[in-house]
Amino acid sequence: MTAPTETPVEAGRLSTRQLSWQRRRQALARGWAEFRRHRSGMVGLGIMVAFVLVALCAPLLASADGLSVTKATGGVLESPSGKFWLGTDESGRSVLTLLIWGSRISLLVGLLATVISMVIGTLIGLLSGYFTGWAGSILYRFTEWFLVIPFLPLAIILATVLGRSLFNIALVIGITTWPSTALLIRSQTLSIKERPYLERARVLGAGRAHQIGRHILPNVMPMVFANTTLTVAAAILSETTLSFLGLGDPTRVSWGTMLDSAYSVGAMTTGSWWFFLPPGLCVVAVVLAFTLIGRALEEVLDPRLRGR
Amino acid sequence: MNAQGKAQSASTEGTNPQSGALEADGLVVEFTTRSGAIARALDGADVIVRPGEVLALVGESGSGKTTLARTMIGLERPTAGEVRFGGTPLDYSISGLRTLRRRVQMVLQDASSSLNPRHTVYDSVAEGLRLHGLDGADPEGRSEAEQVAAALASAGLRPPESLFLRYPYELSGGQRQRVLIAGALALRPDLLIADEPVSSLDASIRGEILALLLKLRDQMGLGVLVVTHDLGLAWNIADRIAVMYLGRVVESGPTEEVLARPKHPYTQALLSVVPEIDELAPVVLTGEIPDPTRIPGGCRFHPRCPALQGGFAEAAGVATMCTTVDLPLIPPDVDGHHVACHLPQRVATEDLADV
Amino acid sequence: MTAPLLEMRDVGVTYRARGREIPAVRDVNLTVSRGEIVGLAGESGCGKSTLASTILRLQPASAQVTGQVLFEGEDVLTMRWGDLRTLRWAGASIVFQGALHSLNPVHRISRQIGEAITTHQPGLSEQQVTERTGDLLEQVGLPRQRASTYPHQLSGGQKQRVMIAMALACNPSLIVADEPTTALDVMVQAQVLDVLQHLVRELGVGMLIISHDLSVLGDLCDRIVVMYAGRVVEAGPAAAVFGQSLHPYARALSAAFPKVGDPAARFAPAGLPGDPPDPAELPPGCSFAPRCPQALDSCTEAVPLLESYDGGRLAACFRVGEDRETVSLP
Repeated sequence: MTAPTETPVEAGRLSTRQLSWQRRRQALARGWAEFRRHRSGMVGLGIMVAFVLVALCAPLLASADGLSVTKATGGVLESPSGKFWLGTDESGRSVLTLLIWGSRISLLVGLLATVISMVIGTLIGLLSGYFTGWAGSILYRFTEWFLVIPFLPLAIILATVLGRSLFNIALVIGITTWPSTALLIRSQTLSIKERPYLERARVLGAGRAHQIGRHILPNVMPMVFANTTLTVAAAILSETTLSFLGLGDPTRVSWGTMLDSAYSVGAMTTGSWWFFLPPGLCVVAVVLAFTLIGRALEEVLDPRLRGR
Repeated sequence: MNAQGKAQSASTEGTNPQSGALEADGLVVEFTTRSGAIARALDGADVIVRPGEVLALVGESGSGKTTLARTMIGLERPTAGEVRFGGTPLDYSISGLRTLRRRVQMVLQDASSSLNPRHTVYDSVAEGLRLHGLDGADPEGRSEAEQVAAALASAGLRPPESLFLRYPYELSGGQRQRVLIAGALALRPDLLIADEPVSSLDASIRGEILALLLKLRDQMGLGVLVVTHDLGLAWNIADRIAVMYLGRVVESGPTEEVLARPKHPYTQALLSVVPEIDELAPVVLTGEIPDPTRIPGGCRFHPRCPALQGGFAEAAGVATMCTTVDLPLIPPDVDGHHVACHLPQRVATEDLADV
Repeated sequence: MTAPLLEMRDVGVTYRARGREIPAVRDVNLTVSRGEIVGLAGESGCGKSTLASTILRLQPASAQVTGQVLFEGEDVLTMRWGDLRTLRWAGASIVFQGALHSLNPVHRISRQIGEAITTHQPGLSEQQVTERTGDLLEQVGLPRQRASTYPHQLSGGQKQRVMIAMALACNPSLIVADEPTTALDVMVQAQVLDVLQHLVRELGVGMLIISHDLSVLGDLCDRIVVMYAGRVVEAGPAAAVFGQSLHPYARALSAAFPKVGDPAARFAPAGLPGDPPDPAELPPGCSFAPRCPQALDSCTEAVPLLESYDGGRLAACFRVGEDRETVSLP
């Protein structure tokens, strides 16, 4: 327990900061090794990486022209063939191209919404947990109130009011999903606040900002991180839902809009499975991937917190 | 001011309580418990700590010793009374407290959870320096790393650099305690408050930590307030001792005086039950454990006082006073042996043991 | 002469963790007789709690135990399951370390003590169980009405006494108390120790008390056994081991609790450098050598064995018996 594992700092060689970074990298490497042992997490990671690559490499995989209605070359709702691997939609566009390009929107909106949600949720969670008295109470009640509001009606109203664009959809999802994060962060903050090292910081002369920034936040971050991946899953699902309801950006294709189009042209009744099944499966796959990663991350990060 | 200078000024200042001394004057601290009752953790405590001496605050659970220590460094605000440093009452604003904590530092109980598990030893010790802006503006022109190394070295951790990047979970209990002390020393305070500094440590390493506290007093002129339930510890390192019961100091004075010739029945009882092989017959107190929500009238110790139960108070004619008249606060006199008791003279401990 | 109540012969316990073998206890011999209080002294990592867990075969499954643990002549380690169940609590019981937190916060005391009673005597009526619970509480100095309270309504000392009452529930012949007074105030400690002493004298049970506080053991016990790094380093009558220790570690442990009033202890805190060793990484030869004020180079070459000295004393140190005034090499 007391044997040193690193070389001591020698003045002039490596600064403490650099050695500190080295240690952090080692800690990350250990975390990664631990994560690798969770097969489900690795599967999820694999799926996610695959989809991200597809989204990034979309221009290489399918020409952007394929999205244009006017340039469509196929027939209406053609079934899969050698030319169109996944058939065509009602305008004659290749479903595969739509799927590939659609992944960009779905993932992008999901990510953006998550960022908005996490920022608001973490901020409010930290503040409502840290401040006792009326400030903390007000924030807490605000969180609870928001939590109780039904997601869909609120989302529909906001989307209608704000207008149908990518960013607005992300905003809507962010605004409606932050409460659960906030509550989680709040309870973590409440427990960390009572820890002796917080008191020590006060004794040393720390003000509120230092206590929150240097002590509470770093100890809350692992939980935030694990929660983020789960939020991405929820956000992608939400985007799909909203687009399916026709609130998405009409100029862009996403898996949700594909499902919406499929529904409006009656693809289900005509049995054009190639139009609605692939986007549906993709959503399921991505959501599953993020969920698996999130669960594995929780397991990796939590025992380390407890162990230390 | 170097160590010698500090020690000199402490001795020449003698009975002058103003310079660099931390005083508690008639402190009352009340808490509201979960059931709604008001607990008086401190009920009028007068204590003074000066640089260059070790004061032991001794008592059991409910005595208020930890509350007193915390109030003296500003972690709690008194309901009545005041805390003064260098003669000036404490300023409870964030900057006022920060100024105080540059000169008065505290080492909390339970070293293992007092260090942030995600910070390295270096970060933990440098934290105080950074908060007070000393990382760049050391009067001796040292860099932050040099100051951290100096603090770790003066806490007995050598070579200091080998510990810079360790995390608390990699250290032993004794090392963690020393890191905490180093963190406090980094600010070069005048006074150090140590709350149960060795109670969570293994027996064989206690001596080293206690020797460290003594060294700090001798070589750096530091004043130390040690909060403990262990009379042996007080005997080991304290110049003066203050025995607390239910929120008040019941006896205070030089350690040899108080522990060799205790005057208060509570002190006598405590001393007699410290496990020894061939010592006094133990005076084991009976009755309710001290409850800060229900402080007895008259002398607060009277429900459990063996002198009262054994008829000694009656014999001295003070029995009614014991149950009805509260005692005045012991003045924070640094030299005398004071006791808060109605008995005109002490009862021998052997007599109390027979009760 | 009747056989001792508890006899441990050459007991060794090895844990297997992280792919390594960790010797927690090695070659320990210990006996406790009826009506006798034996103290087991040592600090963290010395193996005392592990040793105690073998008495009721409570060591973790990954631990390998060698030697014999004889309770009333029968080896606990090879006992049949049925006999072991009877042994547990009706033959010997344990008051665990951290007993203050071992009480279930959502059950009343009566239910928790009652559970211990009915596990071994399922045929008793509710009336009888209540009666017995009340008796037990009185035996440890608590009023009978306390049975209907919840743990959070009790003080630390009272909870500790409830744990002792639970240990008495099935009239065991041997009680093992693991750090019974740690975390208690001095006055409460005295009360709890009084209870333990009274139990031994009145009921004639044998008691094994484990503590790192040698002064508590010196006061209460008939004999003391001191452990360091899994081995017994000194054993003998309590007063002798505490007051005139033979082994340097026992001496240091005893000095760590200075006698109030002793002028030699004024401003002279006694302690050892370094830390108690990690059982996974023990130094060669005598495990205490790195911290020993009297260590010689030869101490790192071989492990000292327990030798007998006058007055029924045992010590494992190469330097006992020498003229102790010779100065040791650094």
